[in-house]
Amino acid sequence: MMEITLSHYLLLSAVIFTIGVVGVLTRRNILIIMMSVELMLNSANLTLIAFSHYLQNIDGMIFVFFTMTVAAAEVGVGLAIVMTIFRNKETLDVANLNILRN
Amino acid sequence: MQSFMFILLTIVTLFSALMVVTRKNPVASILYLVLVFFCFAGFYVMLGAQFLAAIQIIVYAGAIMVLFLFVVMLLNLRDMDNVEGKPNAWQNLGIFAGIGMGLVILAYLSGSPGMSIAPVGNNPEVYAMGSAKYLGKALFMDFVLPFEIAGVLLLAAVVGAVALAKKKRA
Amino acid sequence: MDYAILMILFPLLGVVLNGFFGNRWSGKAAGILASTMIGASFVVAVMITMQLIGMDPHHRMEEIKYFTWIKVGGLNLDFGFLIDPLTTVMILVVTGISTLIHIYSIGYMHGDSRMRLFFVYLNLFVFFMLVLVLGNSYPIMFIGWEGVGLASYLLIGFWWEDQSKAEAGMKAFVVNRIGDFGMLVAMFLLFSHLGTLTFTEVFDAAAIKWGHHIGNATITAITLMLLLGATGKSAQLPLYVWLPDAMAGPTPVSALIHAATMVTAGVYMIARSNLLYMLAPTSMTVVALVGGLTAFFAATIGLKQMDIKKVLAYSTVSQLGYMVMACGIGAFGAGVFHLMTHAFFKALLFLGSGAVIHTMHGALHHVHDHHTDPQDIRNMGGLRKYIPVTFSTFFIATLAIAGIPGLSGFFSKDEILAQSFASGNMLAYGLGLAAAVITAFYMFRLVFLTFYGEYKGPEGSAEGLHESPKSMTVPLIILAFLAIVGGYVGLPIVLGENVNLFHNYMHPVFAHGQEVVHHHANHLSHATEWLLIGISVAAALVGIFLAWTIYRKQGKVALPDAAQAGIDKVLLNKYYVDELYNFIVIKPLIGICNFAWKIFDAGFIDGILVLGSAKSVRWIGGGVRRLQTGVVGNYAFMLAVGILVLLIAFLVN
Repeated sequence: MMEITLSHYLLLSAVIFTIGVVGVLTRRNILIIMMSVELMLNSANLTLIAFSHYLQNIDGMIFVFFTMTVAAAEVGVGLAIVMTIFRNKETLDVANLNILRN
Repeated sequence: MQSFMFILLTIVTLFSALMVVTRKNPVASILYLVLVFFCFAGFYVMLGAQFLAAIQIIVYAGAIMVLFLFVVMLLNLRDMDNVEGKPNAWQNLGIFAGIGMGLVILAYLSGSPGMSIAPVGNNPEVYAMGSAKYLGKALFMDFVLPFEIAGVLLLAAVVGAVALAKKKRA
Repeated sequence: MDYAILMILFPLLGVVLNGFFGNRWSGKAAGILASTMIGASFVVAVMITMQLIGMDPHHRMEEIKYFTWIKVGGLNLDFGFLIDPLTTVMILVVTGISTLIHIYSIGYMHGDSRMRLFFVYLNLFVFFMLVLVLGNSYPIMFIGWEGVGLASYLLIGFWWEDQSKAEAGMKAFVVNRIGDFGMLVAMFLLFSHLGTLTFTEVFDAAAIKWGHHIGNATITAITLMLLLGATGKSAQLPLYVWLPDAMAGPTPVSALIHAATMVTAGVYMIARSNLLYMLAPTSMTVVALVGGLTAFFAATIGLKQMDIKKVLAYSTVSQLGYMVMACGIGAFGAGVFHLMTHAFFKALLFLGSGAVIHTMHGALHHVHDHHTDPQDIRNMGGLRKYIPVTFSTFFIATLAIAGIPGLSGFFSKDEILAQSFASGNMLAYGLGLAAAVITAFYMFRLVFLTFYGEYKGPEGSAEGLHESPKSMTVPLIILAFLAIVGGYVGLPIVLGENVNLFHNYMHPVFAHGQEVVHHHANHLSHATEWLLIGISVAAALVGIFLAWTIYRKQGKVALPDAAQAGIDKVLLNKYYVDELYNFIVIKPLIGICNFAWKIFDAGFIDGILVLGSAKSVRWIGGGVRRLQTGVVGNYAFMLAVGILVLLIAFLVN
């Protein structure tokens, strides 16, 4: 069987990142957009850990630790905002959230 | 064994990730996303980051996804049409933009040589690096200030979330 | 000596406490707090001086580095202090006199609505002044240099409700900027040629680099630029014009900043850079000339001034000229000695004048007269009977500044004159001697018109003349004591080889410079020295006698401004220097500004750039507006496209 190299992990995380980007760009449901963002964050985490392992340097892992913290905070506040939006506008469609326009 | 696990996990991950962004029902997306997170935890173990794998499951698959589910439940989305309309032209273009970005990243990677990674199981030192002990030491000694600041950030997020989600008194 | 930093921290603490929390307590409490802080600094200064005196005379220098301040490229600056005899003299004078003036201000500023702010500014000033004299490098000195300028500006314009006072503050600030330009250029030159700005390193490097090229163009340029800085801060020709106007500030400010401490910064700086000046004989000559001319020129203006504080202001300029002249002839020690004695008697004179103004103010208030100028000596006279303490202290200071033997001013002034004679610079000696005569004359004119004769104030106001409160008279008495005994640390050499303690104490500071250029102090024979002392005393007596003849014996009273004619009028109008500057600097500047305003600003900038750009933005915005859909998804799309383009661009490269 083939050997798994660093490139494999980078490739995988690139693909997942792309899926996340496509999700953000094509979907209109805020919840799903947020999930896509989580996908992107996770792919970045994977890259960091892969490099951390490759370079035998713990800094990458520490960075992932902080990314997770920030992601948790982001989701917490983000979902609270989603709740408020839904309560006020009865919708989760970003296309309808265009009060910035006026 | 290593490569077999990798391929298996990759297939599951890619499939679930695609499902996350394509399902119409948010609940389905959430469940697929949980699956993605589990797979990621698997990758982390393979890369010798056992502690982070555990954190991944607890924080992401546990806490964050439960939060998503709760929100969906609280919002009481009966009428899906109200939630998301038909994609417009911009969004169709988005597919190309996203895929284009992915292709460019792949183009970057294509130039890189196959840098081999030491298998975790064979090397006790590598194995030790991802342990809670080692990470904890680094966190509380070299990175103690960012660690404390992260704590403050979380506190701010908690306060912010409560303040935002609280029903306004009429 | 690490605790030296306490000296600057106490005033800073005063600024913080009074500035941020002071609105909870009264102005008087703020004053007491501020005075306590400066008093504490004074105690620290005394401790440091004692410690320094206890050291071996040849190693009386300590450099304390607190922290790395700037570390960029080749520039490596520590925030640190340099403590040597010169520094200790300065810190003792600054903190000592500041303490007295702070106490005095509690009485003087009593009842002012912004009394607390006044003490905040005063403490701020002391803080910066101490940074100036303690700093171990040119940039740290420059911080203090600019900081005292700021404090001076704030305090001159302290009563900014009066337009002319606010303008006087601005004038001081702007004129000082010209000097600061010189300082900066000098620092740039020093750094580019020597690669360092720390005093000790600069002097060592300069001695090596130019020790065998004395009079080199670079070092001459550096020292001349430093002199430009000194002329700004120490009010020398041609930048002295701000100091008389600075008298618009409260009198304690005039005493502290514009007589005793800040204006001596230029002299301190030249004395500190003595080695550099020794390497540039041309600059030395220029310094001596500038100082001598200023001493003479300002003294002549002082002859005809009617405002009690203006007389003292021109006298200050003149005395500063003496100090600068002393530096110019290589007698740095004598310059610093005069700096010290002058600080005592000139602070005393200013505080005395403040007490006189305070008294006059009270008297005029008594008869509800708000038109008569309480500072005009033509409205005074005979005050001796009403305010004996103020009079006697003022009189002592006058004797001291006139150079009557036995008082501090005599010793220092005589030393400068003797040294200038010894140096062979007869022009300097002549100017100094002439200035001495004139000084004695106008000072006694001031005393006679103010304290003798008949009271000339508005009718009935004499009953309102009262001695000032204790907090004002006690500092006067202490300063009078200092003005008498302050000179005995530096007795003339002619009385014995080791009687000039001050000179011996200061010697290590200037020894290095003298070694580098193989300079030997010119020694005069005893007979010549006695002769010179005799001439100095005679000069003072001539001045006093003339004043007595004109203002006491003939009872001449100064005429109103309009009745002045001839040379009197020229002197009264200060040689029309302000008008001259107005004509050659300000008028053309206003012309240029007008051009810039009407043609360039209104036509080009406003018309084409401002309105034109606004119009084009509006036009373009009208088109681009369509891109702003307000839908988040579209923005995300744009973002992704942007990242894509960047990625491709990097990839192609």
